[in-house]
Amino acid sequence: MIELLIMLIKTTVVFAIVLTHVAYTTYAERKLIGRAQARMGPMEVGPHGLLQPIADFIKIFFKEDIVPINAERFIFQIAPLIVLIFTMINLTVIPFSSNFILADLNVGLLFILASASVSVYGIILAGWSSNSKYSFLGGLRSASQVLSYEIALGLSLAGVVLAAGSLNLRDIVIAQHNTALGIYAIPQIIGFVVFVIAAFAETNRAPFDLPEAETELVAGYLTEYSAFRYALFFLAEYVAMYIMAFLCALCFLGGWTIPKFITDILPFLDKVPGIIWFAIKVYAFIFLYIWVRATLPRYRFDQLLNIGWKVLIPAGLVNLIIIAFLKRLSL
Amino acid sequence: MIYLIFAYFCLSMIGITVMALTRKNPVHAVMWLLLLFLHVAVVYLFLNAEFLAMVQVIVYAGAILVMFLFTIFFLGAKELTKEKRYTQVWEGRLLIGLAMTATGIVTFSVASPSYRGKYTIEYIEKVGNVKSVGEMLFNEYSLAFLMLGVILLVPMVAVGLIARRPR
Repeated sequence: MIELLIMLIKTTVVFAIVLTHVAYTTYAERKLIGRAQARMGPMEVGPHGLLQPIADFIKIFFKEDIVPINAERFIFQIAPLIVLIFTMINLTVIPFSSNFILADLNVGLLFILASASVSVYGIILAGWSSNSKYSFLGGLRSASQVLSYEIALGLSLAGVVLAAGSLNLRDIVIAQHNTALGIYAIPQIIGFVVFVIAAFAETNRAPFDLPEAETELVAGYLTEYSAFRYALFFLAEYVAMYIMAFLCALCFLGGWTIPKFITDILPFLDKVPGIIWFAIKVYAFIFLYIWVRATLPRYRFDQLLNIGWKVLIPAGLVNLIIIAFLKRLSL
Repeated sequence: MIYLIFAYFCLSMIGITVMALTRKNPVHAVMWLLLLFLHVAVVYLFLNAEFLAMVQVIVYAGAILVMFLFTIFFLGAKELTKEKRYTQVWEGRLLIGLAMTATGIVTFSVASPSYRGKYTIEYIEKVGNVKSVGEMLFNEYSLAFLMLGVILLVPMVAVGLIARRPR
């Protein structure tokens, strides 16, 4: 019983921390994009607009929840929940530091891939149930995009699994720490690049945010949504960004550890708690997300699929073969 | 407690299958099918086969069912429901009944509660689930595995040929 209570408290803490991060990621995004475009970003609410996410939350919470009259009512209402639940569930298998993990699954990596592949249903169903052309096209685009890039994502992670010899995220980090370089991003540079690009496409973020391309589809699958259900989609997108950042930090950048050759030169860095290294890596990845959004224009849809199938998948396969040879030679 | 959960999953799987078969709207049927696949994954978890459970979700729910959904969307979901359904004609009912009986007979005659080869519970617990599945697949069933790859390659080539536009 007491174990269950501890588990519950831990889960609440993780969810609260991640949700706060999500709220302030939207703030950081607006500020950074504002700076990139020579604007100030939000400035009105609180000092330097610091309370803006809270104001946004209150506003969106009190808006009217509109369901279009020709929409498939039930599916329309549960679609955002599907997306959010299957995104949030990933937080349970993420090891935040060497001993803080909610559920130490031995197929943790597959669990993340599995729930990512289920959460796409929410987007397709949102598009379909809205009974609107824009939403429907957005949903279809999202489905084909996520399906195509999931293969590339899986292939780039297969290299990591092969090198680490485990599907457990904690074991992957430990195996990584025991290598000479300390991070997989260097020997698996191809896999790393493939992963980063595929992660952008998986989360429907710029420059691959075609499912919600404003210039073509109004807001894609989000067109008919309003108020809280819209906020749930938004929340899910940002949590998915964080999941991808976690995954990148764990599988390619060494998770909560730093390479041994650095601690050999600067031994005092060993005293820094692992969660800080992890946070730095995750923030760097989130910054990359925002930076790319502020910099790169959107791709065309056929270009997107061409990149996925003709560049990333072959590159992922090459990476897998290289890693297999490396692993074989070092044995 | 664990038996109760197991009983829930087994019973609801039957219920969900019936719901999936009888839905008029194909999209709803696919949704029930998705629920069914998730339940099947949980039953794999009961068998301590967590790798299979995850693969079930990734492959069936994540890839194949999305393809179904795609096909339904492209064919137009609303137009398919006009005709008489196969469950309403007696030939259809007979065929389904026969097929289900045959599947049942074959399953119960083949199923054995014992283990084959060295794959006992202790062995799997020692080396891990994923590794033992991999070992078995790539050592004992390597020929079947390769053949499956070739079989899957054939439709891929065919689709490529059909989709190729002459220049």
